[in-house]
Amino acid sequence: MVTTVKSWAELTPEEKRQRRYDSWLNPEGVEFVSPEAEATYKARATRVADAYSLRTPDRVPVSMNMGWYPVAWAGLSPYEAMHDYGKAADAYVRFNRHFQADVMANPIFMTLPGRAFDLLEYRLYHWPGHGTPKDAGFQYNEDEWMKPEEYDHLIEDPTDFFYSVYLPRISGAYEMFSHLGSAFDLVEMPFGTLAMGPWAAPGVKTSFEKLVAAGQEVGAWAGAIFPAVGTLQSDGFIQIWGGASKAPFDFIGDSLRGTRGMLLDLYREPEKVLAACDRLAPLMVRWTLRRATPSTIPGIFIPLHKGADGFMSPAQFETFYWPSLRKVILGLIEEGFTPFLFAEGRYGSRLETICDLPKGKTVWLFDQTDMARAKETIGQVACIQGNVPLSLAHAGTPEQVTAYCRELIQTAGKDGGYILDFGGVLDSAKPENVEAVVKAAKDLGVY
Amino acid sequence: MAHELVDAMVGMKEKDALRIVQEMLERGEDPQEVLQLSQEAMQIVGDRYEEGSFFLPELMLSGEMLKKIAGLLKPRMAAQADTREKLGRVVLGTVRGDIHDIGKDIVGFVLDVNGFEVTDLGINVSEEKFVTAVRERQPQVLALSGFLSLAFDSMKSTIEALEEAGLREGVRVIIGGGQMDETVRQFTGADAYGEDAMAAVAFAKNTGRVS
Repeated sequence: MVTTVKSWAELTPEEKRQRRYDSWLNPEGVEFVSPEAEATYKARATRVADAYSLRTPDRVPVSMNMGWYPVAWAGLSPYEAMHDYGKAADAYVRFNRHFQADVMANPIFMTLPGRAFDLLEYRLYHWPGHGTPKDAGFQYNEDEWMKPEEYDHLIEDPTDFFYSVYLPRISGAYEMFSHLGSAFDLVEMPFGTLAMGPWAAPGVKTSFEKLVAAGQEVGAWAGAIFPAVGTLQSDGFIQIWGGASKAPFDFIGDSLRGTRGMLLDLYREPEKVLAACDRLAPLMVRWTLRRATPSTIPGIFIPLHKGADGFMSPAQFETFYWPSLRKVILGLIEEGFTPFLFAEGRYGSRLETICDLPKGKTVWLFDQTDMARAKETIGQVACIQGNVPLSLAHAGTPEQVTAYCRELIQTAGKDGGYILDFGGVLDSAKPENVEAVVKAAKDLGVY
Repeated sequence: MAHELVDAMVGMKEKDALRIVQEMLERGEDPQEVLQLSQEAMQIVGDRYEEGSFFLPELMLSGEMLKKIAGLLKPRMAAQADTREKLGRVVLGTVRGDIHDIGKDIVGFVLDVNGFEVTDLGINVSEEKFVTAVRERQPQVLALSGFLSLAFDSMKSTIEALEEAGLREGVRVIIGGGQMDETVRQFTGADAYGEDAMAAVAFAKNTGRVS
């Protein structure tokens, strides 16, 4: 064991990357249903890996940026999908088999165990049947979950801040953690009592019972969802994400300070915003590494939120948002990963700034950004993906979808380095429009 | 040369702005004058947002400053109606099923600084609530906000509900939010879609001129 870990540590970033891509293209433990399925898997993985590395694949790969659409297509409401895991898993298997994109629409990332969130008494989100209607998805509950005066605690000791202040605030089940004292309490004999005493306080046991029950519920969910992913892999569908991370600015802005609080902080607490982003950048990398093994799939999903056009000026983006995000990206590349950045909204005024990255080591999924400009800028250093409008999927015709995809393939797809996909997360669509996207890649995307 | 209060507010110097207001009030200056200067500053902030040199942080901070200044003025001013002449009435809200409010709030803010009387119905607003508000307020413009694609259907059903209530003719409808474009406009039956908050102002001003 020690030797393996050591030898991994001795690899260069490029060697680590190579090892991850090798395991991705030749996955261990997957029993393909047929030699054809295995060949399909390898062709798909090679196609996507070629696009990621800015090589020209055999044709434009097609991916599925999915929200609730796979379960909606199967006739389930978001509420049903979050409470009947078997039905959700089955919906994803049927969805992928029907539409046959290269990249699996992956249930791990979009189905959630509703009862676990109920048990957690989770406050950061509303979800179907719990704050949003049963036919609507989960939505973020904007609030100042961290107060402005708590920046110092976050910066000095992020983990302590999370356990003693933040988690008890965002989850009823974690409330008693604020009573448990410091992790340093269990030192030397006379002081050990400080560590033990609080565990007998009323409420602690209940807190833990809720967490255990939530964990068991996640187990039930995983018991339904993971086999479905296995089935789809055996069928020849590829997964693209081995984990997720966040831009430090979004980590603070999305989950801690809220949009409003964070944007006001740019004027009220600019030094603290910068210090906190700096502090969190290496932790955003370590967060991913903690769960990673040498065979973890190379793509790391990083959804970008508060750096989009309109949220802040280009100068604010370059000062507050980009430097710490770039550190996270480079830190992940160093470990052989391929950061996959989902630039929701518009990113036109950021395209030049984000080019400051090593070539062929990142993927950028764009929503409504001008893809011809994206190709000329970031497209020269990174694979680009996306941009089929959600509105077209919902309200357009297959002919309109095909025409839009043709244009994308000709501009963004020129000489490779592009993956056809929806720009935003798809919740609703006419099935024939989704079929038209897949067909466009296969018919019009051949190089 | 602008007043130092206007400079401080436009320069995003929150503490300075509040100190200047305190000093003006201590010197016995007219609270109405302070309010007018603040509104002048807000107009400049709105203009700079429109021309693309200010963004959300500046809109949000200037809104905060105005709220705090109004708080300082309140005890010294008799209840006074906003005397600015209004260009028209707008009813605004995030449609059923959607609870996003940041975009909607920005639209309300820029419409207000541009001289419109805005009735904000909030988030997750039902079709019936929009219909009632249009019937009662008789706005020239109805602005529907939504971030999620489920908002496409709620916008469509809201506009259909207006038609059924016989109110569609009297009001011009604009939709806005994350994914809105010409395809969605046609799908919902709205008169226009907005890519940003200023589109709502241009639309409202245009509507005012037509009617």
